[in-house]
Amino acid sequence: MSSIASSSSAAGGYRQGVRAAVAVAATVWFFGASFGLVARAAGMGVAAPLVLSATTFAGSAQFALTSILAGSGSAVAAIAAAVLLNARYAPISISVAPLFHGPRLRRLAESQLIVDESWALSSRGDGRFDRRLLIGAGLLLYAAWLSGTAVGVFAGKALGDPKALGLDGAFPALFLALLVPQLRSRKATLAALLGGAIALVLTPLTPPGVPIVAASAACLLGLRRDEEAA
Amino acid sequence: MSTVWLVVLVVGVATVALKATGPVLLGDRTLPEPVARVVSLLAPVLLAALVVTQTVGGDNELVLDARLAGVGAGAAAIAARAPLPAVVVVAAAATALVRLVA
Repeated sequence: MSSIASSSSAAGGYRQGVRAAVAVAATVWFFGASFGLVARAAGMGVAAPLVLSATTFAGSAQFALTSILAGSGSAVAAIAAAVLLNARYAPISISVAPLFHGPRLRRLAESQLIVDESWALSSRGDGRFDRRLLIGAGLLLYAAWLSGTAVGVFAGKALGDPKALGLDGAFPALFLALLVPQLRSRKATLAALLGGAIALVLTPLTPPGVPIVAASAACLLGLRRDEEAA
Repeated sequence: MSTVWLVVLVVGVATVALKATGPVLLGDRTLPEPVARVVSLLAPVLLAALVVTQTVGGDNELVLDARLAGVGAGAAAIAARAPLPAVVVVAAAATALVRLVA
């Protein structure tokens, strides 16, 4: 089986990406189920959590707005927190923009399959992305998130707690595994370290969501022309 | 309209727009060279930020918990050149184990 660090062949990387997408989809399904359960318990009813999962398709923002509504916070507070958390999708979607072709409406529809995990899995490690993996993993994760939400809304209590299964520790490890092959040049490594440092410093100081958006400023290192990818 | 539906609809529309930013506004247009160099660093930078926030992120605070063990075990699996699905499983197992014991 090919390793992550040496999966330079596109086909090997693609196959591994598909396998990884299945493992990640199982994890995402459990989180969707726990979202459905939490949202129902928070008094959001049946339809609203499903519509939210279908349109927003971003776990952290959905959990955040649910907890604010459950704590009888205002609509403005819930909206602000969720939009802030999803603001990272502006830079994320810009990074994969070249993969989208055709009429605007089609690009709009396909872009909704962008989610942290499908984006990360489709990364080829040289700053470029694989369209088939992004769309394929996106469809699989969308189905997992929506069906998980449905099961959670109707029968969530019968399922285990994703935290007891350690699933919240799986996501950062996945992102780390996908980060490592990106660090091919000194500049990319430097930018990643700077971005991570910005996120770490801002985490205790700002609302969730802000650290990731602020970290993207580290990309400006790319304006320096000195060294190309090794 | 109820508060719940107002929030669901506004957040839904805002997120659809955010995810469409790049694909709809830029599409397959070729970016100017300096901009392309900046954009090519988005992947490592955002992935690093995601690793940090998903490991120690909390609600306006740093939270050090079992997720650290998961990322540590995941890092060891990565160093041992384990395939991606194995990294995910090892990290989840380590997180669950530490949470069970602690």
